[in-house]
Amino acid sequence: MTSIPANPSDQADDHGHDDHDHPHDPNLAHHFESMEQQLDSGKLGMWLFLATEVLFFGGLFAAYAVLRARNPEVFSYASHYLDTMMGGINTCVLILSSLTMALAVRFAQQGRKTLLVICLWLTMGGAVGFLVIKYFEYSHKIHDHLVWGGAFYEPVDEAQKAQLATPLVALDAPLVDGPKEANASEARSIALSQIVNQPEEAASSIKTAVLGPAGLSAAPAAAEAAIEDKESDGHSAAGHLGDPEMPVGTHLFFGIYFCMTGLHGVHVIIGMGVIGWLIWRSQRGDFGPKYFTPVDLGGLYWHIVDLIWIFLFPLFYLIH
Amino acid sequence: MSHETTAQHDEHDDDHGLGHVVSYGVLFGTGSILLVMTIITVAVTYVDAGEMNMPIALGIAGIKATLVALFFMHLYWDRPFNALVLVASIVFVVLLMIFVLMDSGQYAPSVIKGNAPGVQEVLSIDAPGAPIAEQSQIP
Amino acid sequence: MTTLDATRPHDAKPGPEVDNYLTFTRGFLSWALTLDHKRIGLMYLVSVLGSFLVGGIFALLVRTELLTPGATIPGVDENLYNQFFTLHGAIMVFLVIIPSIPAALGNFVLPIMLGAKDVAFPRLNLCSYYLWIMGAICAVVSLTVGGFDTGWTFYTPYSTTTSTGGVIPVVTGVFILGFSSIFTGMNFVVTIHKLRPPGMTWFRMPLLLWALYATALIQVLATPVLAITLLMLIVERVFLIGLFDPAMGGDPVLFQHFFWFYSHPAVYIMILPAMGIISEIISVHAHRHIFGYRFIAFSSVAIAIFSFLVWGHHMFTSGQSPLMNTVFSLITFSVAIPSAIKIFNWMATLYRGSISINTPMLYGLGFIFLFTIGGLTGLHLGTLNTDIHLHDTYFVVAHFHYVMMGSALIAMVGGLHHWWPKMVGRMYNERHGIIGFALVFIGFNVTFFTQFMLGSHGMPRRYYDYPSEFQIYHVISTIGSYIMAAGFFWTLYLLVQSLFTGKIAPANPWGGRSLEWQCSSPPPHDNFKTTPSVGDCYDFSVVRWSEEEGGYVVDRNDEDASKPDH
Ligand code: HEM
Ligand SMILES: [Cu+2]
Repeated sequence: MTSIPANPSDQADDHGHDDHDHPHDPNLAHHFESMEQQLDSGKLGMWLFLATEVLFFGGLFAAYAVLRARNPEVFSYASHYLDTMMGGINTCVLILSSLTMALAVRFAQQGRKTLLVICLWLTMGGAVGFLVIKYFEYSHKIHDHLVWGGAFYEPVDEAQKAQLATPLVALDAPLVDGPKEANASEARSIALSQIVNQPEEAASSIKTAVLGPAGLSAAPAAAEAAIEDKESDGHSAAGHLGDPEMPVGTHLFFGIYFCMTGLHGVHVIIGMGVIGWLIWRSQRGDFGPKYFTPVDLGGLYWHIVDLIWIFLFPLFYLIH
Repeated sequence: MSHETTAQHDEHDDDHGLGHVVSYGVLFGTGSILLVMTIITVAVTYVDAGEMNMPIALGIAGIKATLVALFFMHLYWDRPFNALVLVASIVFVVLLMIFVLMDSGQYAPSVIKGNAPGVQEVLSIDAPGAPIAEQSQIP
Repeated sequence: MTTLDATRPHDAKPGPEVDNYLTFTRGFLSWALTLDHKRIGLMYLVSVLGSFLVGGIFALLVRTELLTPGATIPGVDENLYNQFFTLHGAIMVFLVIIPSIPAALGNFVLPIMLGAKDVAFPRLNLCSYYLWIMGAICAVVSLTVGGFDTGWTFYTPYSTTTSTGGVIPVVTGVFILGFSSIFTGMNFVVTIHKLRPPGMTWFRMPLLLWALYATALIQVLATPVLAITLLMLIVERVFLIGLFDPAMGGDPVLFQHFFWFYSHPAVYIMILPAMGIISEIISVHAHRHIFGYRFIAFSSVAIAIFSFLVWGHHMFTSGQSPLMNTVFSLITFSVAIPSAIKIFNWMATLYRGSISINTPMLYGLGFIFLFTIGGLTGLHLGTLNTDIHLHDTYFVVAHFHYVMMGSALIAMVGGLHHWWPKMVGRMYNERHGIIGFALVFIGFNVTFFTQFMLGSHGMPRRYYDYPSEFQIYHVISTIGSYIMAAGFFWTLYLLVQSLFTGKIAPANPWGGRSLEWQCSSPPPHDNFKTTPSVGDCYDFSVVRWSEEEGGYVVDRNDEDASKPDH
């Protein structure tokens, strides 16, 4: 029997656990004594990895907690810009794909190849569906500049800019001791800062003087409508920038929203890679009752992705 | 080879392969409960429970996560150490959060609140990471 | 045909060269794609030592620049100086000390000491090595795009706004290095849990394995937080999100919390395995059963857990609230307890031992001395009111060099001497080794003890210029650093020389009892020809010198082990 280490190029030939031609099972690596030991080791390794994932996201959750504790009004305000419907559907999509993944593990254990492959494809479908929905959500947000950092305060287009800037400057100029040689864009930023920093003062004037009925949300009767409006991504003429009720620092919400959901999205994409690889191997008939470690571990990974979303959903979409 | 890894598993090792095969009932049951709870948690948002809204939402999420971990991720049948690893990671996240929240709650009042002109300053400089100009606008 | 035979090449000639991991297969690819933990450990060792050289050169540049107030080296201005110490710190912490003991020495000895054929995930192990390489490349890239001057701590908002262009590459590099470290940790935890052979119970494990286990737990549980922190930093710098920037509503203290949540445990990633090595060295070279095995073992785990609770002691002056300052100060004192437990146990082990004063032992004793100073000065820093004065002075610099260099690195070099015969199969020249130790030890103390004085007199750290009354200390410190550099070059020379002229090492040159001394030097590809039998690895009563072996032999090793074979 020849030895593979003598011929290292063989080791580059990927897919797993065949470092050695072992008398017992081709999938048993040489340094393990039994398939069971190998499976157990793999699982423990995967759980340790999942622990690192939990802590990895944990940092962001902690940042979220601090931001939210310090700016509660921002979170309860900005959350209404997120589309609960889409978020809810996405939650269900992920849960269903978790279910198909769990079924896939079952079928792998039973060596039922066709069902295994079908379930993996269904899981893949869930992942794609999730990302498609996420794509629509993101593109709406980005279109309306409901985004991170400074871009949040950029008017979406010329029309909005005009609507926001001109009258506001005229109106608020006395309030501002801006630089004397203020040019148009500085005037705009001063005007915006007025909105953002001093909603109380700016509010009365803006409401009556500048914004059409679309921007109004102060009247109790119109409150529901305003929420609807936000959920449809602030398609009012002046967008979120025209909303006098917008609290200071609202960009922080969208900053952390994009960080957390973005990182989660990256994990979904990695998960798709893993699932694709599993499909390929299952099709080849690699898995059966004695050897299904990759499906099991890939499944664990996919479930943690689901698990993190389970927390992201209420934390962003469901703030009262 | 007799060591701890094999010792505990012997009982249900009656030649149907490794690991625990989870029944359809458990899988579909878990899945449906998760879906139902998703609907509940959305519905609850429309009820104003004041302070309690977030704890309720997180509680439901916690239950859902536990279900996923126990049944989809097999922790219910798995070695306890694997569960311990997960719990430990969560404990450390909670630890980080509690300490940081405690601290920021204390010093927050002395921090000058966010200021959009700062944002505008940054915007007017193109290079990412270019130094923020003196923040004279902050009152 | 047994498993072990299957791995031996057909055409191998009999003789000592046959089954030797170094010559088992040949050619560049057989190393670059190896899955053998010993080879990966060796590659790590060479890479880490290479980085140590680079980091050391930056250290010498920093010290030389500080010889006189103001400019000293022509062409080095304040900004360049800032880059020098930043690079020195970042390289030494992330590329050298963190991987040095676990990934280099640990990779080599852990599976052998455990009696396993390899770590649990050999591919992951190799992957971890290449991640290390990628991280190192990122650090190099950062130099070509403008360097970085944030200090190794990357504090925001400076790091998100400084105009040096290398911040993002180097932060990416450290992010990648983090995963390299995580993978090593995962591998070790699983290996220790799942690959112990029959008879190797938890309390039969050598203490180095306990230490590496505790370290691995920290690596797995703390490093991801660093990773996410760095990711946030990058995102913040690129997209201006405002998480840490007060101008945008963020919270700079938050960054420090996140950073130290990792980085305090990280200092235990550095010191715990060092303590493990010392437990081995002390007991083997004093030929005496380790005193208080369980205390040392549990104190490792205790330190690992406590280390997560004290990070705020780096932030006493950052604006952290008085409440948290008090809490963190209190817990900080409690960490000193398990550390002290170890020191006392080593002292008790030495007591009435038959101590061989050789190079590893000298490094071991040096460690005890230096770590005591480093640890005790940590208490000064952990005390709230003294820290107000000492924070960000050379006192802190001296403290952490005593623990990171004087302890972690000294232990690493001691361990290197201890296992060198095992790794390469050659003995180094003992007299040369002792000279090397003397130079390093003296140079170290001259360099850093003066810095305690500098710091307590108020010299701030990271400064390019200083009032002339500090000059005498700076000059002494710089001279010390040259002595130390000479010592390290000398050590490098003697180790390399041993490869060519050293005498062939016996299997057990020191009289060790743990399993790595049972296999030949260098070990065979699969570590053990037969499943090793495990005894009490600190019971030296059964070890005796054998003239024909030229080394020690263990008389009956398995008096209380379960079946010798399976
Ligand atoms: C034995 C118990 C120890 C205690 C009580 C302790 C305490 C402290 C304290 C309070 C500081 C903050 C000083 C300041 O910035 O004002 C500090 C800094 C530091 N310690 Fe320790 N320490 C201990 C052991 C260690 C060990 C074992 C290491 C590393 C192997 C270490 C590495 C460091 C480093 C790197 C810094 C400075 C980080 C920086 O600001 O750049 N310490 N220590
Ligand atoms: Cu610390």
